[in-house]
Amino acid sequence: MATNPKGPMKTPPAVPATHQTLFETLLELIRMTSTNLPPDVRKSVVDGLEKEKAGSAGEYAMKVIQRNIDIACGVSQPLCQDTGSILFFVKTPVGYDQISFAEVAEAAVAKATELGYLRQNSVDSITGQNSGNNLGPGTPTIYFEQHRSEDLDIRLALKGGGCENVGAQYSLPDSRLGAGRDLEGVRKVVLDAVYQAQGKGCGPGILGVVIGGDRSTGFSYSKKLFLRPLDDENPDGRLAELEKRIMQEANSLGIGPMGFGGNTTLLGVKIAALNRLPASFYVSVSYMCWAFRRQGVKAAANGALKEWIYK
Amino acid sequence: MREIKLTLPVSEEQVRALNVGDMVLLSGVLYTGRDAVHKHLYEGKSIPVDIRGSAIYHCGPVVVKTESGEWSVRAAGPTTSTREEPYQATVIEKFGIRAVIGKGGMGAKTLKACKDFGCVYLHAVGGAAQVLAETVQKVRGVSMLEEFGSPEAIWELEVKDFPALVTIDAHGNSLHADVAASSEQKLNEVLGTKK
Ligand code: SF4
Repeated sequence: MATNPKGPMKTPPAVPATHQTLFETLLELIRMTSTNLPPDVRKSVVDGLEKEKAGSAGEYAMKVIQRNIDIACGVSQPLCQDTGSILFFVKTPVGYDQISFAEVAEAAVAKATELGYLRQNSVDSITGQNSGNNLGPGTPTIYFEQHRSEDLDIRLALKGGGCENVGAQYSLPDSRLGAGRDLEGVRKVVLDAVYQAQGKGCGPGILGVVIGGDRSTGFSYSKKLFLRPLDDENPDGRLAELEKRIMQEANSLGIGPMGFGGNTTLLGVKIAALNRLPASFYVSVSYMCWAFRRQGVKAAANGALKEWIYK
Repeated sequence: MREIKLTLPVSEEQVRALNVGDMVLLSGVLYTGRDAVHKHLYEGKSIPVDIRGSAIYHCGPVVVKTESGEWSVRAAGPTTSTREEPYQATVIEKFGIRAVIGKGGMGAKTLKACKDFGCVYLHAVGGAAQVLAETVQKVRGVSMLEEFGSPEAIWELEVKDFPALVTIDAHGNSLHADVAASSEQKLNEVLGTKK
């Protein structure tokens, strides 16, 4: 598929024979993530559908969503044509060569774009030119961490532009909303973010919320929360309670799937707290659309796929 | 919810019979158009196809050429419509389109143009790229491909039972405005704030 205007294409790095296995694993991870929603997300879509009134617009939207999930997986085509920001979260053994990993990941992204698992989605912010293979400054994004294990833990999230655009960051206290620097204030601003988003982020959505941190750590950590299984329980009892409450109250707003009205406005809420400076109190809210594309693999250090993480 | 089958092109009368909340299954020929096409039409420039009475779809489809040399649509979900808000009312008036298809709803100018000139806004399900691609029977043609590139070109798509919800009708009603108002009221109740 052609796209216009076309910018200079960054040549994908060559993959040495030693990294061929890792390349194959990453390509398969991208294909799976783009075309096949993980079981926890599918289950929450089914639950959402059951909550909608028979014959309502909300039920109609959820049915279309469910059918779309099934077709995409059957034909191995992207679930949504906006294959979004490409976010890798990678844990490597101590002493592992992360520079080579990043090169192989870029090669896999370029190949996946050529094969149509990813759309050409990387645009020069000054000239407006599309790089054509998803490579360029800042794309794809790879967050590295080391862990004390012999294996690689590689997770991928694809986050579309429509939902990214409705994310919001609040600085508390917020006088418009009467939100102070406490969990009650957090609850108020998060519900405001859901109200402001209406259906524009292709709801029902999933929220990643970080209390504290600074403007950048808050937002980047909020995306990492999308790696939590949808049906898990927050180990911090106070946050677990807040997640449940926000979920229930957001769903009582009646925004519904696609903003058509209905009972399923959110499919999940994940909250974490980071320490902050005494002077600031941020609440960063990332919104993920129903096309909640994330998957992960455990792989041997040579890249050989051992198992899927979300199954 | 009413389910209504419509075949494009449609008459003003057919469009005025629709109400917010109606579910429509569209058949016939529709045209894709995004930012570049809207700007082009808004500036009064012409296009090689006649879209009068038909629908413009805010969509940048993924289209590939098959081995036999035919176009095949691989993904065809809606894109955010508000980007066309500055142009849409003029395009409705000047080019006589009877439906605008997209996602996320549109603003006051488009709402008024729908009422004044007899047009509706049809909301497709965002992200449903595969369900919507399946309704495409045939790619009849493509214009402005060279100038605008594939996602921005005008794709002439023959569809069968393309599903969408009327969220702005030709009587001045908007489901988006209704849901925004009712959810704001609910939010104020939940937060204990008065309006
Ligand atoms: S917000 Fe998500 S579902 Fe909607 S168009 Fe973007 S990627 Fe697709």
